[in-house]
Amino acid sequence: MKALILVGGYGTRLRPLTLSTPKPLVDFCNKPILLHQVEALVKAGVNHVILAVSYMSEMLEKEMKEQELRLGIRISLSHEQEPLGTAGPLALARELLTENSDPFFVLNSDIICDFPFAAMVQFHQHHGQEGTIVVTKVEEPSKYGVVVSEADTGRIHRFVEKPQVFVSNKINAGMYIFGPSVLRRIQLQPTSIEKEIFPVMAKEGQLYAMELPGFWMDIGQPKDFLTGMCLFLQSLRQTQPERLCSGPGIVGNVLVDPSTRIGQNCSIGPNVSLGPGVVVEDGVCIKRCTVLRGAHIRSHSWLDSCIVGWSSRVGQWVRMENVTVLGEDVIVGDELYLNGASVLPHKSIGESVPEPRIIM
Amino acid sequence: MLKAVILIGGPQKGTRFRPLSFEVPKPLFPVAGVPMIQHHIEACAQVHGMQEILLIGFYQPDEPLTRFLEAAQQEFNLPIRYLQEFAPLGTGGGLYHFRDQILAGGPEAFFVLNADVCSDFPLGAMLDAHRREPHPFLLLGTTANRTQSLNYGCIVENPETHEVLHYVEKPSTFVSDIINCGIYLFSPEALKPLRDVFQRNQQDQQLCLDLGDGSSGSWPGAGTIRLEQDVFTALSGQGQIYVHLTDGIWSQIKSAGSALYASRLYLNRYQLTHPERLAQLTPGGPCIRGNVFIHPTAKVASSAVLGPNVSIGEGVTIGEGVRLRESIVLHGATLQEHTCVLHSIVGWGSTVGRWARVEGTANDPNPNDPRARMDSESLFRDGKLLPAITILGCRVRIPAEVLILNSIVLPHKELSRSFTNQIIL
Repeated sequence: MKALILVGGYGTRLRPLTLSTPKPLVDFCNKPILLHQVEALVKAGVNHVILAVSYMSEMLEKEMKEQELRLGIRISLSHEQEPLGTAGPLALARELLTENSDPFFVLNSDIICDFPFAAMVQFHQHHGQEGTIVVTKVEEPSKYGVVVSEADTGRIHRFVEKPQVFVSNKINAGMYIFGPSVLRRIQLQPTSIEKEIFPVMAKEGQLYAMELPGFWMDIGQPKDFLTGMCLFLQSLRQTQPERLCSGPGIVGNVLVDPSTRIGQNCSIGPNVSLGPGVVVEDGVCIKRCTVLRGAHIRSHSWLDSCIVGWSSRVGQWVRMENVTVLGEDVIVGDELYLNGASVLPHKSIGESVPEPRIIM
Repeated sequence: MLKAVILIGGPQKGTRFRPLSFEVPKPLFPVAGVPMIQHHIEACAQVHGMQEILLIGFYQPDEPLTRFLEAAQQEFNLPIRYLQEFAPLGTGGGLYHFRDQILAGGPEAFFVLNADVCSDFPLGAMLDAHRREPHPFLLLGTTANRTQSLNYGCIVENPETHEVLHYVEKPSTFVSDIINCGIYLFSPEALKPLRDVFQRNQQDQQLCLDLGDGSSGSWPGAGTIRLEQDVFTALSGQGQIYVHLTDGIWSQIKSAGSALYASRLYLNRYQLTHPERLAQLTPGGPCIRGNVFIHPTAKVASSAVLGPNVSIGEGVTIGEGVRLRESIVLHGATLQEHTCVLHSIVGWGSTVGRWARVEGTANDPNPNDPRARMDSESLFRDGKLLPAITILGCRVRIPAEVLILNSIVLPHKELSRSFTNQIIL
């Protein structure tokens, strides 16, 4: 089977992290976002992954070559000259997708969940129609476009954008399976699959919704990235608790790379992921944070709801909170307070940032 | 023989020092680890021929004041007495009212010191100037920049003779960059003009009473004399008032923020005057950066990092990994592990929880302008609280991991979350 992953552009919503690293390669819970999806696809029998990208990155190409070898699959990059929306990339990859007549996966690249790929294949075969989309329940459907479907079969009746009265609490989770015949609906031009293709398919009775059990999050921006991390770690607690860390000073769900070093009298967690080579000195308190590879947190600092970029250095007695994001190789001086700061790579911070802002 | 009078004011004054002045009379607030007026007393005690120190004010003589006086008498082996005014008498009324006590024993001259100033008190130099050329009033003057001079008493001198030609208290336009330090040397003759003012005030009051509009509330009070306006302004240019200029340290202590600045000046001066009061690096002791005072009864963990400009009071507990900079921690307070306290005053018996951050904003004089002074410190501008040092009143409890930034917390408050730019009643 094949899978097309809609990687898209520069990942501006996840800046400043994506100024240094293409979004698919940003580590989420110590694994590149893309690999969470690719590894799950491979498990479900996918042997050819096509990445639809609208910009070229040597870093991404190189990494994908390595993953091809490691996973024993084929990875292709399908490069859009101009952004083609969420449907156009299917047309661009038409040749690759029609090498055989198997159905194929299409995924948004920003989502994280317990990927239900095997169940999707089953569901798709069971209803036998052209397309399956995965839906997830939300608490406040009025903020999203919702999917109205038959309760027992999942056949989709219609889509309602930002419903003012309750019609459904299920939203598109950004994961699909299509039969190759879907490609006849899509031209090689900027097209929205959600707005232009799905409504037609639903009308024709060709589109079915499979409800996703468990958690789901779009992690395309820092705030949601952290929320997604909390959900993912909680899911690990249930499915693979042995991967989580425990011991003195560890509170709740904490993921720590074996090469991470943590000092004395720290309080780490709940909901923390510490990447490879990270150093946390004595007396540090970290909660609800992602600390990326090679970062160094000096003693007695306090971090809540932050993403610390690769190789960044956080000084002593620093307080960082409220979705502060440090890009790569940022240095935060001793005793500073960062509130919702978004710090671009290679920056050295010598003054507190008491109100949320971007540090160029 | 010489005497000294320290004008300590009363509880109606010092409102800008709230909430700290709720707990202790402002003159006893610790600056660089010792009560504010102990610096005055130490300077007076060093003057050769000093026979007696009198404190004049209208505080009720409460226990802390009595205890302080007893301890100071012991330490300096000098009579130190408190003379309580029957009513607030202004900066000069008390001097006149207690003139007999001041002149008893026939002093050659007497120093008059405002309590709320921080200075290196060049009393010896003032005395030398007085002895070279005695005049009834010798004022200590220093320089300020043009804008800031307006917050002070401004002195115009004859640069050759140093006679005061003109004196204006807090003018609205620029008058002079020489300002009054609130430190004086008076000869016994100085009481004559005070008597004149007193008698004139009495007559004026009688006149008002006779005219029938003498409701006692509107009158400043019989016996009130404002040294600055009633005496210095009135007598300038008449060969009675002279100024002695100093470029030593000097600052007013009107607000908590200025107490922190004064602490820095005094701690720095301890290197010369009281090196034993400055904490030293010791094996197993905390890390000391710059000038730090630690009361011998305080317990400070070895991994704490203190300084510069930190004063730690009696019985204070400082936990492991605590960072303190530009702060005063008062009697009995506790800072738990990993807390960070910057530009703040932590009140008596207050507790700051683990990993909490208590931070204020310094409003120190511009360090690049040698004439810069503390700005007049209003708390608000355009209805907004200005960023200033953070003050925790007495027995405030700060929970673990919160941030208290640029805020004032009134006494006995138990907080449950972070606060920024607020006064917390």
